[in-house]
Amino acid sequence: MNTKINIAGVEFKNPVMVASGTFGSGQEYGEFVDLNKLGAVVTKGVADKPWPGNPVPRVAETASGMLNAIGLQNPGIDVFIERDLPFLQKYDTRIIVNVCGHSEEEYLNVVDRLSDQKVDMLEINVSCPNVKEGGIAFGTRPDALYHITSEIKKHAKQPVIMKLSPNVTDIVEMARAAESAGADAISLINTITGMKIDINKRKFVLANKTGGLSGPAIKPVAVRMVYSCAQAVKIPIIGMGGIATGEDAIEFMLAGATGVAVGMMNFHDPYSTQKVVDGINKYMQEQKVDDINEIIGAVHE
Amino acid sequence: MAKLKESATVISQRILADGIYDLRLETKIAGDAVPGQFVGVYTDDKSSLLPRPISICGVDKEKNELRLVYRVVGKGTDLFSKLSEGDHVDVLGPLGNGYPMEEAAGKSVILMGGGIGVPPLLELAKRLSKLSDDKRPKDIKIVMGYRNDQTFLADEFRKYAELYIATDDGSLGTHGTVIDALNEQSIEGDVIYTCGPMPMLRGIKKYAAEHNMKAYLSLEERMACGVGACLGCVVATKEKDAHSHVNNARICTDGPVFDAEDVDI
Repeated sequence: MNTKINIAGVEFKNPVMVASGTFGSGQEYGEFVDLNKLGAVVTKGVADKPWPGNPVPRVAETASGMLNAIGLQNPGIDVFIERDLPFLQKYDTRIIVNVCGHSEEEYLNVVDRLSDQKVDMLEINVSCPNVKEGGIAFGTRPDALYHITSEIKKHAKQPVIMKLSPNVTDIVEMARAAESAGADAISLINTITGMKIDINKRKFVLANKTGGLSGPAIKPVAVRMVYSCAQAVKIPIIGMGGIATGEDAIEFMLAGATGVAVGMMNFHDPYSTQKVVDGINKYMQEQKVDDINEIIGAVHE
Repeated sequence: MAKLKESATVISQRILADGIYDLRLETKIAGDAVPGQFVGVYTDDKSSLLPRPISICGVDKEKNELRLVYRVVGKGTDLFSKLSEGDHVDVLGPLGNGYPMEEAAGKSVILMGGGIGVPPLLELAKRLSKLSDDKRPKDIKIVMGYRNDQTFLADEFRKYAELYIATDDGSLGTHGTVIDALNEQSIEGDVIYTCGPMPMLRGIKKYAAEHNMKAYLSLEERMACGVGACLGCVVATKEKDAHSHVNNARICTDGPVFDAEDVDI
């Protein structure tokens, strides 16, 4: 039974990854799950300098999901290279570093700093709804996405994944822009912009007013978007949005995802990633699937 | 002990005061839990996915018993209040750092709790009073603030030290805050351990600074993961902390207990 997948020439022992920002840099959940069992660890977004993030409250529970407006707090690339990368490099798993920035220059600074590091892939966050400037500005217009993608590709020494926002009129157009600019893969979806109001205090629950919705509540939206993009582009897709079980992961793969990422459900159950790996194996045994690659995009018209 | 998530068995649950519940669970998490730590408790509502942070009120290692005293404040805690003997509930823990008991050695300490910040100080009172002679505080005083005369856990605190009470409505003890009680009763000490609502913690931070005392505050904030990964629950810190490098410590992992001088609240 083969669970190996390949994205842009990088081989993963299985398709299960984590969604950036839900797993720190691996250390916190390394207490609960064996990181060696995961296809890849995708790090919390890292910028060229430390970012303080947004004021609290930053998180709120919603029906079958949650809103967050962390604002990409991160210690900056220097600390990341010194502390977080060596930790991850001890494990037999792929390392995907999520890169964020306010401007083209800031993204490129991080990409350049990572060029001589032992990192398997870069994931470019042009889709965070919680930072005021940069970030999502690059991810909501096809021409801007095309431009930032091609600039990053000129600098990057590792294959590049562009992480797409669902907060657009047509995500397929964005997927095409990323592909034509040379992206090696795309990941989707980032969170859906939402809001929660405390009716007794008559105030926004989040200090940032709006936040990104994640969790099982968004899964059907994410599956549809993965499917639509898979019909339109040839580059591999990493699918995410509310994955909690092996069945959920299989659904994303049938829709066209090559890799899958567990996000918010890590917060519900710190053992989620392992359970998704086990669930995929169980499905393959029960359905007599010899090679996981057989099911990628297997459902279509 | 490492953190874990497991299904705990309800030993008992009873009501201590209006909206205040006393839940005892059998779980391995009780093993190495220390005062000031907390657990994440999950509801059985499948659409409610995040754990609720609840402070640990008592630990009985021999029986693997964890005692949680909490106030019903929303949907999650309302569901917890319906649990009874033999039920199962998922719990994640032990989480956070706990109170630095080593700072009490040879000192006069004051335990100050307010409202639902009262319970975590009970296990602290118990542990401090049982420390060996070289580690024990010189003396312990306990000052607890309640809304009214429903002074839950008061008799249990009296087993360990003298208890002073303040009530919002003046129905018992000092009419006012726990700080009013310190002044009215001329209570002095070197180290304060506290948990309670933010205005009280701000008052205690100021009081401690003015009186040249150390104060250890247990903070709360809306949390998601509880284990330091999501960066949802941060507090501004005076110095750049080792983890964030941006003056933002994680309450769930670097805290919940902080030296009052280190946090900007």
